[in-house]
Amino acid sequence: MTRRYVSIWFSHLLTDRWVIRNPAQKDMPFVLASPERGRMLIQAASSEAEKQGIVCGMVLADARAVLPGLQVFEHRPELAGKLLKGLAQWCLRYSPVVATDMPSGLILDITGCAHLWGSERAYLKDITSRLRGAGYHVRAAAADTIGTAWAICRYGRITPVIESHTQKHALSALPPAALRLEEVTLDRMNKLGFYQIGSFIDMPRSVLRRRFGQQLLNRLDQALGYMQETIEPICPVVPYQHRLPCLEPIRTASSIEIALRTLLEALCTRLTSENKGLRKAVFKGFRMDGAQQLIEIGTNNACCNLEHLFKLFQLKISSLRPDLGFELFILEAPVTEQLDAVQETLWNISGTSDLTEISELLDRLTGRGGMDIVHRYLPEEHYWPERAIKTATSLAEKPQCNWRTDRPRPVSLLAKPEIIQVTAPVPDYPPMLFRYKGEIHHIKKADGPERIEQEWWIQEGLHRDYYCVEDQDGARFWIFRLGNYGEHNPEWFIHGFFS
Amino acid sequence: MKQPAIKNDIFETLQKQIYSLQGFTAPTQGKRVNFGLGFIENSFPNQIFPTGAVHELISSSPVDAAATTGFMAALLGKLMQGGGLSLWISQKRTLYPPALKFFGIDPDRVIFIDVNNEKDLLWMSEEALKCQALSAVIAEIKDMDLTASRRLQLAVEKSRVTGLLHRMNPRTMGSTACAARWKVAPIASALEQDMPGMGFFRWDVQLLKVRNGEPGHWQIQWTSGSFDHVEKPVQTAPDKDLLKTG
Repeated sequence: MTRRYVSIWFSHLLTDRWVIRNPAQKDMPFVLASPERGRMLIQAASSEAEKQGIVCGMVLADARAVLPGLQVFEHRPELAGKLLKGLAQWCLRYSPVVATDMPSGLILDITGCAHLWGSERAYLKDITSRLRGAGYHVRAAAADTIGTAWAICRYGRITPVIESHTQKHALSALPPAALRLEEVTLDRMNKLGFYQIGSFIDMPRSVLRRRFGQQLLNRLDQALGYMQETIEPICPVVPYQHRLPCLEPIRTASSIEIALRTLLEALCTRLTSENKGLRKAVFKGFRMDGAQQLIEIGTNNACCNLEHLFKLFQLKISSLRPDLGFELFILEAPVTEQLDAVQETLWNISGTSDLTEISELLDRLTGRGGMDIVHRYLPEEHYWPERAIKTATSLAEKPQCNWRTDRPRPVSLLAKPEIIQVTAPVPDYPPMLFRYKGEIHHIKKADGPERIEQEWWIQEGLHRDYYCVEDQDGARFWIFRLGNYGEHNPEWFIHGFFS
Repeated sequence: MKQPAIKNDIFETLQKQIYSLQGFTAPTQGKRVNFGLGFIENSFPNQIFPTGAVHELISSSPVDAAATTGFMAALLGKLMQGGGLSLWISQKRTLYPPALKFFGIDPDRVIFIDVNNEKDLLWMSEEALKCQALSAVIAEIKDMDLTASRRLQLAVEKSRVTGLLHRMNPRTMGSTACAARWKVAPIASALEQDMPGMGFFRWDVQLLKVRNGEPGHWQIQWTSGSFDHVEKPVQTAPDKDLLKTG
């Protein structure tokens, strides 16, 4: 299917808006100006002023000389962007893919939309008549490519609707400026006498590239449809989206729950039929006063279980602030995944339902405490205690090697070894006593040493000699000496507690 | 005074009815877990270690906490004999997962939940205890009042999951609805004929409170995968003070 695009051009965007705000200024010449390099420069001129010969880019003093009664207002540079964004939002009624085209246009991807208005001509007419009704000077054109639509919209004289695959014919009568070229290139073309696109469109590409650079060829290709051009829609398309408009504004938690359940039912039915599950869902409520409230959930496994998803949302419904009430609810699933038809049985659990139940429990927990609270560990082939485990990324991940039990390891390990003061016979005997947190422990029994070397390919440092020791009260510790007596000046650390 | 045999029967049936009303049900033969706790089990109702209940374990110092963790891990190992997953919920966890292997648990079968605040911890423990698919839930909860413990107890009565609560340094020690309250401390290990090195882990286990049972005090040793009862060593040397008074 060929794509179709509509380009909309607001020829007097800023001044039109000024008139809409101040109807008294209608039919009066005025300009919007701002200071630039120490003089006032005209940034936008009303259609009345343009008739008198005042154009954008003129110095204000010159314009005043032409037209003494000219009114001047302040120009705000950020206004155009905001205005276009608002208009683009409004245009979402015509197509889900709308992009702004600075400084004064919009681009709509209308593939598969126009037939709802009967034909493209009626579609364009609807857009332009509504916008004109609002007070804007507007032109629109439809074509196969963004480039052609843009050109016809601004420079076209014959028809605003360019049929499929006739771009070349439609473009040939237009001036080179219709190709969105740089000022320098346009000047050069003008000098060489290229007043129409048709006069150079069939020239060899190498010649054009040598004379005018690659940009001209790119723009030509974009307009003719040989090269893809992408636009950035103002609201990204979410494939899984369900809407629920409400007749009356909704304010109570129980009615929000009903709305949520209705939307979830629709979404889950659709996901199930496509054998997909969602990983993330957003529930938005649009308030009467225009504000938007949203709650978000995430799951650990792809899921399309209505009850479970409902429970996850239910925890957060209380955070919505309805104030005057919601008039529209939207449920979106921005992240979805293929659902595994049969999940393998893991760790000899009695059945797959158990694993589902546990992963649903984890979803509830992460929904409350955040995604980073769940940890599962797998063995890693390292002797260095801090590196002997790694975090598993999923519930299904299996250990690659066995858990070792040939060396004693303490049941509780300090996050960072803490320094202790010892009395120890040299060179490598366990200490006779040590002081930890102001308390002296006399060592009665000891095992060791177990030497663990630093892995030089990961980190540089001294080796550790670990001892398991037991004090006079029966408390058992894991302590180590960093380095050797004689060579280094070793320090002793406590690293853990045995049970 | 000796009761006639008929009356004994009546007492037993009545006792069983009371147990069931209080949420104690004797596990069915197939599901019964053999803890091998020896005659510690005599302290419990029906002479069975109550599974599907909440136990609390108290510790006051890092050393005691490590011993308590070891004892809990040993119990957990027995609970997870039949496979399955368990949850370990804590706030500032020091547990070193590989050590669990020494107590018969594959550390990858334990899911750790590291919570940021205590309020969430209680809520999460309750949610976890409601989940029938888990073998056991261990929660490191510092403080808990009667209401909270009752909620946990109600959760396990429905799901029959065993909960072990480790209360490190609790601020208050009020009464709770837990089935049992334990206190575990390490004691010196013993080696045959003064061999060098360190012996098997030995713990001083106190059963401070137990519902419908008798509290007690024992010393046990964890010998390669099972609990061993340690006879209190007979005091060989006579007490010096006693000698003086003679």
